[in-house]
Amino acid sequence: MSIQNRDSFLQNVANHLGRPRKTEQVERSSFTVAPQWEVFKDHTQDELADELEAHCKVIHTTCKRTTVSELPHVLWETVKGYDGKSVIASDDKRNDAFGVTSFYKELEEQGVEFQLWNPSDGHYNMEFAERADVGITFSDITLAESGTVTLFNNSGNGRAISLLPRTYIAIIPKSTLVPRMTQAAKHIHDANQDGHPVSSCVSFITGPSNSADIEMNLIVGVHGPVEVTYIIVE
Amino acid sequence: MPIKLGEASYKERIQSGIENDFMRGAVSSAQGRFRSGRLKAAEELGNWEDWRTRGEEIRTHTLENIDFYLQQLSDEVSKRGGKVFFAETAEEANEYINNVVKEKEAKKVVKSKSMVTEEIGLNEALEEAGSEVIETDLGEWILQMDEDPPSHIVTPALHKNKEQIRETFASKKGYKNSDMPEELATFAREQLRKEFLSADVGITGCNFAVTESGAITFVTNEGNARLVTSLPDTQISVMGMERLAPTWEDMEVLVSLLTRAAVGQKLTSYVTAITGTRLEDEVDGPEEYHLVIVDNGRSKILGTEFQSALHCIRCAACINVCPVYRHVGGHSYNSVYPGPIGAVLTPLLDGYDDHKELPYASTLCAACTDACPVKIPLHEQLIRHREIIVEREKKSPKSEQMMMEGFAQWASHPAAYKLSARMARTSLKPWTKDEIIKNGPGPLKGWTDVRDFPAPSKQSFRSWFKSRQKKERGQ
Ligand code: SF4
Repeated sequence: MSIQNRDSFLQNVANHLGRPRKTEQVERSSFTVAPQWEVFKDHTQDELADELEAHCKVIHTTCKRTTVSELPHVLWETVKGYDGKSVIASDDKRNDAFGVTSFYKELEEQGVEFQLWNPSDGHYNMEFAERADVGITFSDITLAESGTVTLFNNSGNGRAISLLPRTYIAIIPKSTLVPRMTQAAKHIHDANQDGHPVSSCVSFITGPSNSADIEMNLIVGVHGPVEVTYIIVE
Repeated sequence: MPIKLGEASYKERIQSGIENDFMRGAVSSAQGRFRSGRLKAAEELGNWEDWRTRGEEIRTHTLENIDFYLQQLSDEVSKRGGKVFFAETAEEANEYINNVVKEKEAKKVVKSKSMVTEEIGLNEALEEAGSEVIETDLGEWILQMDEDPPSHIVTPALHKNKEQIRETFASKKGYKNSDMPEELATFAREQLRKEFLSADVGITGCNFAVTESGAITFVTNEGNARLVTSLPDTQISVMGMERLAPTWEDMEVLVSLLTRAAVGQKLTSYVTAITGTRLEDEVDGPEEYHLVIVDNGRSKILGTEFQSALHCIRCAACINVCPVYRHVGGHSYNSVYPGPIGAVLTPLLDGYDDHKELPYASTLCAACTDACPVKIPLHEQLIRHREIIVEREKKSPKSEQMMMEGFAQWASHPAAYKLSARMARTSLKPWTKDEIIKNGPGPLKGWTDVRDFPAPSKQSFRSWFKSRQKKERGQ
């Protein structure tokens, strides 16, 4: 039985509400306000990129801007800067178009240990990620206001890539920029309505992990990555 | 009832709260920082009042139709391979979770911070059944080593300083380095990674469950909830039944309100939404997923004048502005839910008998109500509690009789609510000497014996609070 105790539980709830149990989709009355749609309402992609870049300072994140042709170079500089001796990356359909596939080959030739997330390697992906210096993924939707990359995790983009390595690099195609979480949520909602089920894990990532649990001092880098770089690609 | 933290009386708790000098300092500086962060974020957001209105509208609609949304949520989670258990009581929830753990022959359970698991006493229940439970949130991990209950919803170890933390690490885990927060955190990271990788079961709470698609979201900064939901093969999420957002768009608004009101951040480092089990060809994420939906007294609140207390999104903004909390600290409330929301919620969930003093842990200055991102009329609900205690239950201890009569009187004149700050001043008058209260009645005495508690000034408590903050900052 995959759902237990539901009927008695919900009947009790309805009783307390003093009405029969509701089992059909309920009507939504319209909202009186929608402030979330006002943020950066008329911004262009370039202006959104500027907002993102500005907010990166607040979230302890390095932000770089480049073009597709320069991307491999910028990636190399960033990996080197992170003293990256082992790198794990997502198997993304954009890897070829952005010249990242050949960059990964180059990495291996340079003696960097490299793993492209691969379901057939099973648990090894996670073990590798755990000891890796750098994790690299694309951003699927990028939220300018909060400096957030959104990942729809899937078989090629394991949850661990952006989580277990010591540092994390997000490649942000400029076209993925939207004003804020509102647009991402609407996208997911619409897709769901159209019969495209949401991925088993959606990760909204805003900079490195941090904690203020010790005397309210901000400590950057707790359980997740200690350092993060965003690379915005024209 | 596990919602209670211990047997010490409310007065004893206040006493020890006040004597712990570091804690009081830590609490007030945390309050100030959280609060200014919140104000800054609210300011940046522009039309904060519109955001609050939207939040209130979402929460009101959701609670009014909670039976439908719980049905939808359970259907969606089950479609995605998850198992859903509806638990009327804490005991039922704990028993179900214990059975899952037993079935998996799990020895080690990793958890991420969750008020509801604290409320139902899950850790104790698991430990009694022989499992090792590891709290992985930095603050909770520290507390767990010392067997100390949390004192603040957002930063649970607020009452500990770094020397105390170093001591704990050294005596319990053989830590040898300094008391620098970074070194302490690095040590915790290393220690906890081992636990994550060897754990059989992961348990999380839930900030919001998106009912339209069955996604359970976690709002965190440290990343431990991501580890808990990514590494162990079996995962259990436990949620209070009211933690629902009908759509992704509703969830988004509530998360924005939560992160801004709680910590003044636009978003926390991680907002993670997981749906059911991992898919066929995925290698991380749980292969077995359970959602436990807990009533534990909540349904009793539905359909009453306190229903909006269930709108709470656990941001702790009301706690951070509360002048009483500032003086007595979290443990004095003797509940897993401290501060104004705790004073409203605890008697509702656990009855008045053990918590009748809580509604008095307030000056009725209304700072909590003003701070609340979903517009819960907290101070009005506290007044209602007092009225109920005094008028219906007749349980008022003698020493508080006078105060209660005063409060009951105000509560019977709705217009007086607005004047509460001024009224508080009048009512406290007999004990006021040079604007400082020396010996207040009842719970006030606990702190005035040790430290002078300034009386609400003529203007209002809020402006007093502001000027006090300024004074502290040396302005
Ligand atoms: S009552 Fe309001 S302010 Fe207090 S924790 Fe809940 S949502 Fe936040």
